[in-house]
Amino acid sequence: MKHYLKKFYAILIYLFLYAPILILIIFSFNASKSRGNWSGFSLHWYFELLQDRQILNALYNTMMIAVLSAVIATLIGTAAAIGIHNMKKLKKKVIMNLTYLPVVNPDIVTGLSLMILFVFINLRLGFLSLLLAHITFNIPYVILSVLPKLKQLDKHLYEAALDLGATPLEAYRKVILPEIMPGVVTGMLLAFTLSLDDFVISFFTTGSGVSTLSITVYSMARRGINPKINAISTILFLTVLLLLMIVNIRMSGNHSKKER
Amino acid sequence: MKNKWLTYPYLVWMLIFIFIPLLLVLFFSLTVRTPEGLAFSFENFQRFFEPIYLRVLLRSVYLALISTIICLVLGYPMAMILAGNNFKRKNVMVFLFVVPMWMNFLLRTYAWMTLLERQGLLNTFLSFLGLPPLNLLYTQEAVVLGMVYNFLPFMVLPIYSVLSKIDRQLIEAAADLGADQVTIFRRVIFPLSLPGVMSGITMVFMPAVTTFVISRLLGGGQFTLIGNLIEQQFLFVGDWHFGSAISMVMMVIILLSIGVLSRYDKEHEGGGLW
Amino acid sequence: MAQNIIHLVNVSKNYNGTEALRNINLYIRKNEFLTLLGPSGCGKTTTLRIIGGFEAPDGGEVLFNGVNITSVPPYKRRVNTVFQKYALFPHLNVFENIAFGLKIKKMDKKLIAEKVHNILGLVNLSGFEQREIDSLSGGQQQRVAIARALVNEPEVLLLDEPLGALDLKLRQEMQIELKNMQQRLGITFVYVTHDQEEALSMSDTIVVMKEGSIQQIGSPIDIYNEPKNSFVADFIGESNIVSGIMLRDYLVKFAETTFECVDHGFKENEPVDVVIRPEDIQVVPAAESKLQGEVSAVTFKGVHYEMIVQNNSTRWKIQSTAMAPVGAKVGLQILPEAIHIMKKVTVK
Repeated sequence: MKHYLKKFYAILIYLFLYAPILILIIFSFNASKSRGNWSGFSLHWYFELLQDRQILNALYNTMMIAVLSAVIATLIGTAAAIGIHNMKKLKKKVIMNLTYLPVVNPDIVTGLSLMILFVFINLRLGFLSLLLAHITFNIPYVILSVLPKLKQLDKHLYEAALDLGATPLEAYRKVILPEIMPGVVTGMLLAFTLSLDDFVISFFTTGSGVSTLSITVYSMARRGINPKINAISTILFLTVLLLLMIVNIRMSGNHSKKER
Repeated sequence: MKNKWLTYPYLVWMLIFIFIPLLLVLFFSLTVRTPEGLAFSFENFQRFFEPIYLRVLLRSVYLALISTIICLVLGYPMAMILAGNNFKRKNVMVFLFVVPMWMNFLLRTYAWMTLLERQGLLNTFLSFLGLPPLNLLYTQEAVVLGMVYNFLPFMVLPIYSVLSKIDRQLIEAAADLGADQVTIFRRVIFPLSLPGVMSGITMVFMPAVTTFVISRLLGGGQFTLIGNLIEQQFLFVGDWHFGSAISMVMMVIILLSIGVLSRYDKEHEGGGLW
Repeated sequence: MAQNIIHLVNVSKNYNGTEALRNINLYIRKNEFLTLLGPSGCGKTTTLRIIGGFEAPDGGEVLFNGVNITSVPPYKRRVNTVFQKYALFPHLNVFENIAFGLKIKKMDKKLIAEKVHNILGLVNLSGFEQREIDSLSGGQQQRVAIARALVNEPEVLLLDEPLGALDLKLRQEMQIELKNMQQRLGITFVYVTHDQEEALSMSDTIVVMKEGSIQQIGSPIDIYNEPKNSFVADFIGESNIVSGIMLRDYLVKFAETTFECVDHGFKENEPVDVVIRPEDIQVVPAAESKLQGEVSAVTFKGVHYEMIVQNNSTRWKIQSTAMAPVGAKVGLQILPEAIHIMKKVTVK
């Protein structure tokens, strides 16, 4: 009895979480503009998307910024994580608090403070400012996913490599990097997803003419309902779902390898 | 391993793109534009304490609090169910809570717009039952609903992760010492899960109090929250000084509350601002 | 004359203001098995890490075959290390781990394969080439770590408590194997441990350390039989250490009793530490000895009994194959040769 009650409650909560998303997806295939009545299956809205220059442009920007910011943030963040890992306690603590600052600070503050900076240094708001902003909020997440891997490392691995004749650079390339690779890849995927997902910071740091999907969706949604948004949502939802499943399988894959 | 230079690009980056921008916000919040140029002043902060703006602050905190409480009430039992071992596909169930966290919250909010609007699915359903349509969208309740919907996973997951780490032997020991189920929950499980509850509250309350998107899309601009106020100052009114002052106040409130709440979160590695 | 391969000259090291090593002077002869022994925090691992090049000393020099290598980085030293928890590379298999150093040296692939094959035979792991590190037992990982170091044919092998993570039986087996290996290969071993039995059974030379300085250097027999101070006596084997007064040469008073001894050269009536090994005290009928006491505890230890005998102010630990029951009044007999007199250590 109690078991059924739990099951019932869980189902209700999942319904609450997923029903809106599912309905959103279903109505993206609706032939008419109606959100209440089903008037037949159609890919109409997806074709509309393909013809919408503005949306295609936003998609291109979104992807470029996500890829570039993820890669650059991963480079800077991984190097930083290695450096931070080797620091003395007090210094480490100070820098870690600095790292947490953009994570805990409200997005809106991060966004507008960057906007002020860009305006202040006369950087035209657009693609570059967006990219810089995305790198900035991505770096801490890369650091936070690489650091635990470094912590798990036997601290003598690096010394062992030196002991066997590897120069410091070789030791990093052949030992440390392969060891922390899962953390680095997770960090990069995380950064990519976060960049794809971001709205608030992009909203403040972009200028006229340059838009991401999120921004386009917001400006469309503000004006009311538009089934094209349903189609975009569906694509984005499936992309994020796929990415998350890859990350998850990667993690559990590592796990089972360890347990063997 | 002495490779501290590896952090230099990061430190320089953070200095330019985090530290200096925040200083600029502070600078703008403490200055006003006068005919002779910029002048140092507390005017912006004083202005924020005028009733009209204070009401916005109170509304933001009020709506965020209500949403947080609803999330806690709905989320705690769910976290307990997830932490219990009664389900075969536990990993999938937890995964299903992670997915919405990563889905663009703009889209999640938009999903409710399509459900709640006058020609939306819910009203279609009501008229199908022969009932009159309701004004669901652009109400205060819709804003709270949007917050709960968006942030519920952020409440469930931290509580779940703390609950699932509780040593089963502790519960058995409590039972062995004569505690019944209610007592075990009250005296053992709940106190041990407090760190999760605290970080859950932080993770719900913080984005809820700062949002401007949910209130804009589901409240239709009738329920100005502090986030909307900031957005307006920067993007429409163009008063960066007042906007910065509001941002400073909000930042201080949030960092303070995180500081207080994170004292309960002992697992927080190397972090916490105090 | 045996050649000195490593010479530490006045080496000192500080960590955040605390002295980890104080003026260490030590030479290590070619082909010897030298053990750095001491409790944790005594500086033995630091000494090893300075030889390996992982730490730079704050003062002093490290000479290798007479050449100053103090500032030579570890990857240029002809020294290899077996780390405490092995530090095997988890992303590489057994072959790749062992071949790591050879590949760095850009050695011919065929030669690498041959060398790895041979060394695996030496450590009794033939056929383990393709195994993952995770799938090995602790003992096997230990052997891989040794093979990985030895395959580079170092002149000196440094071992940092390599057997610490193994269970007792395996540890004893590995002790014998390591000693055999060292003798067969003729490589200098510098071994760090806090386990005195391990040190006594394997070493040619033992260096006893305490709080960053060397207490005594000598062969296991010297160290056991002639400990230089009460710390060494206490740390190596078990000891009864009591305060006494050197009345004059060859005569000492402790436990309110006067004994003949073999030590001399102290001032008259100088306070001293008296060290007596538990196995050097004989239990005799009370009437036959000038030192008497009551047995307060008896423990059976397998080969012998361990008894605690209480005499007025002093507790004596005694190991004997004969047993006296708890409560029995017994006499304690101590021969002059069994009494070791040491200068009082001034406690810091």
